[in-house]
Amino acid sequence: MAVFGTIEWVTAFMEAINASKAYEDAAKTWEGDFYFITEVGGAVKEQGYQYVDLWHGKCRKVDVVTEATKDKYKPEFVLQASIATWRKVAEKKVDPIQAIVTRQLKLTGNMGKVMRAVKAAQELVNCVTQVKTEYPE
Amino acid sequence: MQFFGVPFTVFGDESLQYLNTILGKRAFIVTDKNITKLGLADLVITELKKANIECKIFDGVEPDPSIETVVKAAGIAKDFKPDWVIGLGGGSSMDTAKSALVCYVAGIGPLDMSPSEFYNLRSKAKLMCIPTTSGTGSEATWAIVLTDVAGQRKVSLGSYETMPDVAILDPLMVMSMPPQITGDTGIDALCHAIEGYTATWRTKFTDGPGLAAIRLVFQNLKKAYDNGKDEDARKEMMYAAHQAGSCFSNGMPGLGHSTGHALGGIFHTPHGRAVGLFLPYTMEYLINGSEEAVGLFAEIARFCKIGAGDDKKCALALVDAVRKLAKSVGQPLSVKETGIKREDYMKSMPDLLDRSVNEMMTSTVTRVPESEDLEKMFTYAYDGKSVDF
Repeated sequence: MAVFGTIEWVTAFMEAINASKAYEDAAKTWEGDFYFITEVGGAVKEQGYQYVDLWHGKCRKVDVVTEATKDKYKPEFVLQASIATWRKVAEKKVDPIQAIVTRQLKLTGNMGKVMRAVKAAQELVNCVTQVKTEYPE
Repeated sequence: MQFFGVPFTVFGDESLQYLNTILGKRAFIVTDKNITKLGLADLVITELKKANIECKIFDGVEPDPSIETVVKAAGIAKDFKPDWVIGLGGGSSMDTAKSALVCYVAGIGPLDMSPSEFYNLRSKAKLMCIPTTSGTGSEATWAIVLTDVAGQRKVSLGSYETMPDVAILDPLMVMSMPPQITGDTGIDALCHAIEGYTATWRTKFTDGPGLAAIRLVFQNLKKAYDNGKDEDARKEMMYAAHQAGSCFSNGMPGLGHSTGHALGGIFHTPHGRAVGLFLPYTMEYLINGSEEAVGLFAEIARFCKIGAGDDKKCALALVDAVRKLAKSVGQPLSVKETGIKREDYMKSMPDLLDRSVNEMMTSTVTRVPESEDLEKMFTYAYDGKSVDF
């Protein structure tokens, strides 16, 4: 069990991605890295940045940085949400694309590129569900 | 949290006169050459001039508008600085107008638009749409479909800010539609409403417009197709398309659209014809594996007084009614009937699958197909064989 937003969690996420044949097939042409940002609120006292580098169906690198060290990476995409929204996405209670459209999940980056990789995005969510997660209370 | 968005809608005879009541200084009209040639753009300009609004026309929109066309339109808008952007025409013109507004105000490229960003578009201009076809429903939606010409792919974009402020439904604007376009666009409206009503994003707010639109299409499309001068049928179809737009814009389209977009992106089949062609096959696929879809299709059938008996019988009767209506308005019932050669189609299968799998609409249905089932569906649709899996 890993706490969402920690290096242990994002490392487990990388392992789940790299073990997924379905993700590998769906994202075989995908090139793009992300910041998954968790906003301040509730038990989250400082904005958290999980860095995930996705390349041709695999995850090449993950990291966790803070507000002070966020300039370490310049990812092509940023997805930002509250811990409650991340949890709903991870537990498949909300469709990630619907969350983006309703602005619960804020996306910065080329939307057209994301919309051409819907299947990969869905498989990525399936990978999240493979990670045994504890959410900060 | 869920949303339901609609524009302020002006409808009925002489609705264009609303234009002479609006406040503004400059209107940028986005349309195509056919609309200017038919004199429909002049009708709009005449009314705007009564309100002392200066007008500029961009009539360079092509069917399946490209990203480059949007960039061109946005460039003209930047120089003209309109406080109204007006999409006049079918879905292509209205979608180009929506995208051009975003690029003009936000200073970004069409593909950089994100639904989760707030662009404050109304700080510079409001958006109005005036349809000249009855099908796309784009005047009632925030959705934008552009074409990536190099990638032979349709790109679905949009944001709640791209919902028009005003939609004007004046029957005069659709009276000159030829039968083929009446059929193509009318079937598109039916597809929007059936898919929106049964989508996983549907809400209590999409039910009403969806059902109303489906019934109006069944009652009026054939009449409008057979006799383009039937003003009542034209009017009802215009309202049907608008309500279908409200339904799918807030509820999402489904598999007919994801497969139809894939076909259109590669073979340039007109949008309505392509999505309408796949609609009955995708309905059968849902009926074969989703009890929820069976129930929803049965609700539609009973509301439209189609079929009888249990849910499954009613759902299948609806599929049959869709096919009969499509045939009666000149629609192909199989891909083969569109004239696409089997060898070209089969050669394109990997691209058809890649495009449809990666359309959001593939995942907003109650039975989400994997590639294997999509391939079978594409194959069955080529030969006109009912889906039995």
